[in-house]
Amino acid sequence: MIDGLYNLASGPLVWLALVLCIGGSFYKFSQMALLARQKDGYVYEYWSWKHALKSAFYWWILPLGSFNARLNPVMAIVTWVFHVCLLVSPIFLLAHVVMFETAWNVGLWPTLPDAAADVMAFAVLVGCIFFLLRRVTLPQVKFVTSGNDFFILAVVALPFLTGVLAYHQVGDYKTWVTLHMLAGELMLALLPFTRLAHAIYALFVRGYTASEFGAVRQIKDW
Amino acid sequence: MSEVEAPAAAEDTRTWVEKVKAKQQEDIAAGKYDYTTIEDANLDRAEKNLTEEHIQKVVKKWLATEGGARLKTYVQTCVHCGLCSEACHHYMSNSKDPKYSPVGKVKRTIWKILERDGRLTPAEVHEMSVIASTECNLCRRCLQYCPFGIDIGYLMSSVRRMCHLLGMTPLYIQDTAHSHAATMNQMWVKDDEWIDSLQWQEDEARDEFADIRIPVDKEGAEVYYSVIGPEPKFRTQLIYQAAAIFHNSGVDFTFPANPGWDNSDMCMFTGDFEMMGRIKKYHYESAMKLKAKKIVMGECGHAFRSVYDVGNRWVGWKMPPIPMIHSIQYFSELITEGKLKCREKYPEKVSFHDPCNTVRGRGLHEYGRHVTRVFCQELIEMTPNREYNICCNAGGGVINCGPPFKTKRVMSNEWKAEQLARVADQGVTTIVAPCHNCHGGLDDIIHTYHLPLKLKFLGDIIYEYMDKPEAE
Repeated sequence: MIDGLYNLASGPLVWLALVLCIGGSFYKFSQMALLARQKDGYVYEYWSWKHALKSAFYWWILPLGSFNARLNPVMAIVTWVFHVCLLVSPIFLLAHVVMFETAWNVGLWPTLPDAAADVMAFAVLVGCIFFLLRRVTLPQVKFVTSGNDFFILAVVALPFLTGVLAYHQVGDYKTWVTLHMLAGELMLALLPFTRLAHAIYALFVRGYTASEFGAVRQIKDW
Repeated sequence: MSEVEAPAAAEDTRTWVEKVKAKQQEDIAAGKYDYTTIEDANLDRAEKNLTEEHIQKVVKKWLATEGGARLKTYVQTCVHCGLCSEACHHYMSNSKDPKYSPVGKVKRTIWKILERDGRLTPAEVHEMSVIASTECNLCRRCLQYCPFGIDIGYLMSSVRRMCHLLGMTPLYIQDTAHSHAATMNQMWVKDDEWIDSLQWQEDEARDEFADIRIPVDKEGAEVYYSVIGPEPKFRTQLIYQAAAIFHNSGVDFTFPANPGWDNSDMCMFTGDFEMMGRIKKYHYESAMKLKAKKIVMGECGHAFRSVYDVGNRWVGWKMPPIPMIHSIQYFSELITEGKLKCREKYPEKVSFHDPCNTVRGRGLHEYGRHVTRVFCQELIEMTPNREYNICCNAGGGVINCGPPFKTKRVMSNEWKAEQLARVADQGVTTIVAPCHNCHGGLDDIIHTYHLPLKLKFLGDIIYEYMDKPEAE
């Protein structure tokens, strides 16, 4: 059974996940852009890439670059490390890059040492646990938490958990790798249709606020 | 007599911060933080008259026609992290009750509206109006705490809009909106009363400056000076002071004779955006008719928000159609140009309160400090300050919701009282706040907590301490 699942997960489901992720993201983005054009035309009038990118730099790229990050340094650092590891480790993991190379027979991009990728995967898991604990312990987070928020945490944690288990060959490798592929595909497929969509919207939400603050109100927003 | 009282007074060695915190505990024990019994005549009436069918019909239409990309994207982007909570004075003052956090208030309003597709009971709409109108000042401080920059003020303003469409607006602020609609000013000031107030102040000022004029409807003046309705209504001395400062600085200025003179805008805060647009059009067109070179606005925050940022946009002007500046900036420029000079410095320690609409709405903080430093002996910063300053809890139309909500408003800003107490503990005696709403809010806080602080506009200090070569 696992072989059948393995073939499914490493074949058609990859394409399905990619279509849902890329197509869905494109769809969601164009929905937002069109609706803004119809009803919030001023967003285009005030938009300023300069202010958008500057604000994004202070909020997301520069660790502790914003006022609120400095007020909550633990949360800020965990969030920063979490997102960097989440994005970097899958893309530069040797095992992933090798797959592309085998498929297309070309050397694509540099890879991370396995040990580093391992640490990064653990960092993502620690991040998930940290966010989970915040959700259940801090009253102001608990108040606005629903089942959905736990669900997306699990969706993000699963590919990394199964990946770590596969890499360390805890139990049956093939089972873990199959589950790892399924979990990864689930995360990609759900990205545009769950709260994970903040990945699509973030730059535009931040960017509009930054444009208003930078260009009209002439004050920093970080 | 003093011998009897002295020992008692000497016993209280607590700092002002300690006194504020102790008073909060007393107020909690006295039940002042329980807001469940507040009654508002208009909200109660609207709740009786509305039906669920009508509510859903209106809300669905509102969502379909006005629920744009900002509303939807903000809701879909928020990851419910709660990092906005500690930005909000309502949350911080109400024992960090999560229902008062910015995202908590979005949950209690927008999330519910969207989840139910507008199927709300009249009581729920009543509650939403109370949340959006009295538990949020649209001060945008939380926006600066949000990693995504989600504009929760915009969301709360949208809730007010929905409530406006349902007639569910608190009575007192609705009255000011009616005044705008009937008179084009906020305070039911009649046309002749406005001109009369200007002439009255001119008469008064002539005792001090023999040849002072308060020009009305002068064409082509350098400065078209606009104020808010409450100035002629009950802070008329501010018109006197402004005229004295301009006269003394050799400024070519004028007041308009006709409606349009009031730059304030409570309709922006009730969600009556059509009326907001009319008010702003009147204001700008009045200045343009007089061919004024620029508009200078009195020391008001919310009006500045409407004129500079929100109202003009509704009318379709991306930026003000003629130059428009706040008097904080104008005073600073007059000093820089050498037209306005300090005779002697205000001798007490002052702290500068940045109004949300002049700092988060337009970074005027350094202009304000420039004027304060030139005219005052010592400026001690309150913390946090500048773009992170804590709101007065009067602006955003909250004080305009009137007496029913006064206790709630003052209790819900104990956090501000602590901030003011910290500067009082450092020997500050005077708070400079260049905004009318801030004055209202801070005044109530100072009185409630018996803080040893005076409250001044920049104009108050400038008028008293400027060099007046001609004055008699």
